[in-house]
Amino acid sequence: MTKDRPHSELLSLISLAQARYVREIDDGDCAAWPDFFVDDCFYQITTADNYKQHLEAGLMWMDSKNMLRDRILSLSQANIYERHSYRHLLGQPYIREVAGDEVESETSFMVARITREGPTDLFATGRYIDRYRVVGDDPKLVRRIVVLDSNQVDTLLGFPL
Amino acid sequence: MDDLTHVPADLPAWSKQDGAWRVPYWVFQREDLYAREKRTLFEGPTWNFLCLEAELPAPGDFVAVHVGEKPVIVTRDQDGQLYGFENRCAHRGSLLALEDRGNVKDFTCVYHAWRHNLQGDLVAVAFKDGIGGRGGIAADFCMSQQGPKKMRITTLYGLVFGSFDDEVEDIETYMGAAVVERIRRVMEGRKPVVLGRFTQVLPNNWKLYVENTKDSYHASILHTFFTTFELNRLSQKGGIIVSENGGCHVSYSAIDRQAEAAKAKSIYSEQNIRSQSDLTLADMSLLGSFKEFGDDITLQILSVFPNFVLQQIQNAIAVRTILPRGIDSMHLKWTYIGFESDTAEQRKMRLKQSNLVGPGGYVSMEDGCIGGFVQRGTRESPEERAVLAMGGHAIDSTDDRITEAAIRGFWTEYRQRMGL
Repeated sequence: MTKDRPHSELLSLISLAQARYVREIDDGDCAAWPDFFVDDCFYQITTADNYKQHLEAGLMWMDSKNMLRDRILSLSQANIYERHSYRHLLGQPYIREVAGDEVESETSFMVARITREGPTDLFATGRYIDRYRVVGDDPKLVRRIVVLDSNQVDTLLGFPL
Repeated sequence: MDDLTHVPADLPAWSKQDGAWRVPYWVFQREDLYAREKRTLFEGPTWNFLCLEAELPAPGDFVAVHVGEKPVIVTRDQDGQLYGFENRCAHRGSLLALEDRGNVKDFTCVYHAWRHNLQGDLVAVAFKDGIGGRGGIAADFCMSQQGPKKMRITTLYGLVFGSFDDEVEDIETYMGAAVVERIRRVMEGRKPVVLGRFTQVLPNNWKLYVENTKDSYHASILHTFFTTFELNRLSQKGGIIVSENGGCHVSYSAIDRQAEAAKAKSIYSEQNIRSQSDLTLADMSLLGSFKEFGDDITLQILSVFPNFVLQQIQNAIAVRTILPRGIDSMHLKWTYIGFESDTAEQRKMRLKQSNLVGPGGYVSMEDGCIGGFVQRGTRESPEERAVLAMGGHAIDSTDDRITEAAIRGFWTEYRQRMGL
């Protein structure tokens, strides 16, 4: 059982999964991004103010892995935006709770955005509030709530965080 | 209406022949013009959207928002009425409210504790009479003559508007009956619930976003998500309404799949516009909207001069506030709403469809960058002029949407109010 595994091992598994996750977004094409989630996952991007006030809406609000796939499909096939990429820097995951085969963790992030004609800008800071399901050595996200520290989003939010 | 003694003499000419269909790019670039817009439009005899009445349910509730760049406070006093005034202490000008919202007894400035009531009146000055007969304020100081500037406040179907000019006409006349009716259609008889608030920082002049919201021509061309899934083609039933002065508008479309599907496909391929009919969503629940209105309108975008947008895209309903931040930046405040009467399933549908809108919305993210493209594209060409000739030169309401009439309407009212 996950709950019987030492924290150091879970920490290492989650850190590794998250390193692969940001590599897929920053240096890949996001096509494999949905694969970090279970099928009936929940993914939301919101802000600290909304989160604190229990306001439910998100900048993204998706309750299935297929919705995540649709996001990436739409970004590559339908939506128009100037070429840009992200660079994520993650803090160390903080494991809040382990129950059954699920782990609740939080991780701080900073994301820079590099736009075609522009410099490297600080685009977002915040934290992931996560629930992972750990089967074997493969943690999958059951729920990821991306809580942005600021209420402001510059220009647009295309790729996931 | 306008204090012409302050008008800078060196604005370039904008020929009368250009009317509202040729717009010089310097209108998006000049600091002197922007200063005049703030005074003449945002602080002049216009109605600025401030907040929802539902955000101020109880006496003592307040929200701190902006009119243009000016910070203001909207309150509900113990008498149950709404009041609005500058967020500026009568004494030395500090902000009075330091939170976005809350419930207070009064506004006591943190700097020297000058106290203002919920209507914005200065009611107490700390150590007014000094201590032990020494100090204190000048004998001829009169509290009632000081205080932050007050706004006139009005409400319409739960929307709160304010004006710094008492001469502003009543809100119904200002918008016109046809626009009021379309606000009624969305808001009447139910209590809004805020589902979330987001601020999008756009790299463009505020008027470029106003143009964008009034541009029914671009909707299915720039935003290919809808086009791809046959949700919002220009060949659908729909139309626009332009208010008499020009500055308020409604654009709407109604779904009519059977009649349009075949025709639309050929129209779009003939025009060589991106439209891929083989693209399908893996999770179609995004589009499983519920019947909310007594008509077939699935999309209604409504704007009120100068800063307000009410959006209904299927069941995604939001109000947007346009806030200028200098000549080449603006804040777009999104407030996503549902209603108290929503069932759990309906609420979930609204949350799901919020993916369509906002800074990351499937049918709105392009609007975040397009204004910046224009701002950058025209920076070195201030004397060149945009062309707004789709649908002719008039600002009439029409029953099609391949028109720039609502944008011409905006420029008509803009030129008239600005004396340009």
